[in-house]
Amino acid sequence: MTYLAKPKLHHPDLPKNKLGFTRRDYEGTVSTLCAGCGHDSITGAIIQACFEMDIAPHRVAKLSGIGCSSKTPTYFLGQSHGFNTVHGRMPSVLTGANAANRDLIYLGVSGDGDSASIGLGQFAHVMRRGVNMTYIVENNGVYGLTKGQFSATADRGSKSKRGALNADESIDLVLMALQLGATYVARSFSGDKAQLVPLIKGALMHPGAAFLDVISPCVAFNNHDGSTKSYDYVREHNEAVNAMDVIPIRSEITTNYEPGTVQEIRQHDGSMIRLRKLEPSYDASNRLRAMNFVQERYALGEIATGLLYVASAPRDLHDSLNTVATPLNELNERELCPGNAALEKFNQGLR
Amino acid sequence: MKRIESVNDFVIKFANVNGSGSASANTLFAKSIMRMGVPISPRNIFPSNIQGLPTWYEVRVSEQGWLGRRGGCDLMVAMNPQTWEPDVAEIEPGGYLFYDSTRPMPASRFRDDIHVIGMPLTEITNAAYSDPRQRQLFKNIIYVGALSALLEIDVPEIEKLIAEQYKGKEKLLEPNIKALHMGRDYALAHLPCPLGIRVRRGDRVGKKVFLEGNSAVALGCVYGGATFAAWYPITPSSSVAEAFAKHCRKFRVDPGTTKNRFAIVQAEDELASIGMVIGAAWNGARAFTCTSGPGISLMSEFIGLAYFAEIPAVIINVQRAGPSTGMPTRTQQADVLACAYASHGDTKHVLLFPEDPKECFEHAAVSFDLADRLQTPVFVLLDLDIGMNERLCEPLQWDDKRHYDRGKVRSYQDLEAGARFGRYLDVDGDGITYRTYPGTHPKRGAFFTRGTSRDRYARYTEDGKAYVDNMQRLLRKFETAKDLVPKPEHIDARKPSRFGVIFYGSTGPAMREALVELEAAAIDIDALRIRAFPFHEEVLEWANRHEHVFVVEQNRDAQLRTLLVAEGQLDPSKLTPVLHYDGTPITARFIQGEIAQRLGAFNVTPLKKTAASGGGGE
Ligand SMILES: Cc1ncc(C[n+]2csc(CCOP(=O)(O)OP(=O)(O)O)c2C)c(N)n1
Ligand code: SF4
Ligand SMILES: [Mg+2]
Repeated sequence: MTYLAKPKLHHPDLPKNKLGFTRRDYEGTVSTLCAGCGHDSITGAIIQACFEMDIAPHRVAKLSGIGCSSKTPTYFLGQSHGFNTVHGRMPSVLTGANAANRDLIYLGVSGDGDSASIGLGQFAHVMRRGVNMTYIVENNGVYGLTKGQFSATADRGSKSKRGALNADESIDLVLMALQLGATYVARSFSGDKAQLVPLIKGALMHPGAAFLDVISPCVAFNNHDGSTKSYDYVREHNEAVNAMDVIPIRSEITTNYEPGTVQEIRQHDGSMIRLRKLEPSYDASNRLRAMNFVQERYALGEIATGLLYVASAPRDLHDSLNTVATPLNELNERELCPGNAALEKFNQGLR
Repeated sequence: MKRIESVNDFVIKFANVNGSGSASANTLFAKSIMRMGVPISPRNIFPSNIQGLPTWYEVRVSEQGWLGRRGGCDLMVAMNPQTWEPDVAEIEPGGYLFYDSTRPMPASRFRDDIHVIGMPLTEITNAAYSDPRQRQLFKNIIYVGALSALLEIDVPEIEKLIAEQYKGKEKLLEPNIKALHMGRDYALAHLPCPLGIRVRRGDRVGKKVFLEGNSAVALGCVYGGATFAAWYPITPSSSVAEAFAKHCRKFRVDPGTTKNRFAIVQAEDELASIGMVIGAAWNGARAFTCTSGPGISLMSEFIGLAYFAEIPAVIINVQRAGPSTGMPTRTQQADVLACAYASHGDTKHVLLFPEDPKECFEHAAVSFDLADRLQTPVFVLLDLDIGMNERLCEPLQWDDKRHYDRGKVRSYQDLEAGARFGRYLDVDGDGITYRTYPGTHPKRGAFFTRGTSRDRYARYTEDGKAYVDNMQRLLRKFETAKDLVPKPEHIDARKPSRFGVIFYGSTGPAMREALVELEAAAIDIDALRIRAFPFHEEVLEWANRHEHVFVVEQNRDAQLRTLLVAEGQLDPSKLTPVLHYDGTPITARFIQGEIAQRLGAFNVTPLKKTAASGGGGE
């Protein structure tokens, strides 16, 4: 496939955001994925979230691995630098990029094969380090790009299109992310934009490692009966624990809710995440409880979605590394090179 | 019985048990000789998998300043009962054995062609100290004291060194000095001082400095402006990262905020290390990783991405003997081909071959300029021999007028002024294209980086013509590199010669010594030290000018020779490999022997037989 430019005919009446951009300014080139692929809906949700949040596209760095899902960064934020890295290793590239310039917004896009199979190690370690990023796995339970082999998130007992049963236990990346120290963990469904868009916004605002597992059916290889990642299956088994609003810094809180139905979590930067509870007992600030809850629901054959966990005061990689506030890539020679006088002193100590 | 007699020219070897505190005592010993103005070259030998954790520290003392390994041992300080037999066997006939005679040894455990010097070290220390830790540490200082008497080392030099070491910890100073004299006094009273080998004050050290290549390379990274390092521990490269951290704590902490102007990540493996480096470099920071052969193997896929996506990444490879885990704590130059062609598909990479710590510093610093200028991975290939041993070299220097070459980068202003931007558009004809850092401009200069084929404007395409166009440009870029990398060093024979010898990296000291020996034996041969790949035009011209060329390397497969044939189109029949790859550093004796013998086949008859160097026997 060769690149297809999207016609940039801007309708004068298209609504603009605070930066003067229209939604079209957040798009990329035309998708080459199969019609109906869940990944395209996630692309749409990312575009909508960034547009509505007034994010300057060039301040986003989008990185991915290899797979149909990892191709999608070409289809959104055409004004952002993008990096389609190697299979399963996007997390390390994103970590280095983040270390070099702490001022950009990092968006990592990956697939279930990319993150749970070949890249499980890097997935684990990027969460452990608390890299400030939004990490989205577009989870279809198969390797779409290589034509439908099971991935490591395929549920035990689920059936491939050709009828083969998956005998291996599945990996739940949400549980792993929770265990490994991600400070914002959510699950959603590509078919539920109303839930997904606010979750992406919250992740983009979160100043730490934010992970989103988005179930995203592969219409070509994993949308049949017997699959647990098909549109029908997910619609039937989706149990949302909460619905989320993101309230920017200093906005007035106007609506009133019945006590006990809302959970509000203030973020580092003063912004607020408000969760309208659908599951009354659910507490999104309790990591252990979140892990138990997800497993309990899984045992019942249900898929818990929503914002499953958020820490209000996360630490990130730069806190651990104690780096200067100026991005490392902006430091100049004077700040970096100790010069010859220092070297002469150094020589003195070597005789 | 023969007795080796030699002033300022001998080899002494310490056989120790790892962790017994001997390392600092041995360095003290070596440095005291250096302070007397006599060049030394110490080497650590530390097998990674032998019971009892033996380590050896071998010091070559050479008035003439030869820093290569000589081979053989004139005085063995045998402090490890577990390695007693091979240690005793290694001593040159007429040489000396110094040992702890507290427990009597049967005569069968000695040799009758060496001079045995017993000193009841344990008895002396146990009588003087009751604390087990002190006993262990001071025993080492006591033997240094005894050696100072046996070899006529100036005691004030040792005392000064101890004083420097314990500056600020004066409580420890006094007991160390006391232990030193305890050993010295015993030796003067009871041992045959001085031995036939001894040290006499000289003036051959001058302003030279003494440091490990790994520390120098790390400092070069600081001076070269690296702000990001990612690594995974592996001998013999770990101390590069550790030294970088140390130098950064000294030179790179913002004095106002005490925040770091650097970031170092110990990654989960080498795949992640190189991935992080690529991410940081893509984002405009100078970044490096340090590793050894197995790490290069793991990094291969990413190195191909960096080559094709054109990301500047510096990779420091401190080579050890492979393949696989090979001999992990022994030296070789065996990753030349693995690095030159690392990764799948058609790839070629820039390699630098530093000779000593000074050049480790310089090559490390310049590697960032080269990587940025060429937008490609650059390898600095040192090896365990230079990396993990302290080596005397000229003082490190930095030209304060020098500026970093950040290569072709379009700034906000450039883009704003309407500069035409195509990420892979060769506007200057040198194969190097302009890049932008992420986040530069709201509307211009963004592009998508990928390992798949794309056109000149970074747009995905599988069009064969666009692919070939790009691959051809990468070749042009490699041509450009030839003039940017460090040029070779020429060492001409007194008379024009039809013979030549090519060498590189840590072979330097042994080769220089061999050249002098060959000259003394009336063998004229020109030498060329290669400092980089791709080869500078001069390398090929020089090789073509000579009828026959030896290529001296520390690997089995003559890897640099392969590159000379493949990339320089040199006639393989005129390139004779001289190969040393048993894991020990190459010696002058070996090179000289091999070349003299092969030249015999060319009917070049030396006027006199080549003399063995050094005070020891053959
Ligand atoms: C090292 C390596 N091995 C194998 C491949 C082939 N490969 C490309 S994509 C892919 C699987 C992608 O699956 P997933 O991440 O789930 O993405 P999806 O296509 O399902 O969105 C594989 C195995 C590769 N690109 N690199
Ligand atoms: S193969 Fe599957 S994952 Fe890939 S584009 Fe088609 S539907 Fe989407
Ligand atoms: Mg998949």
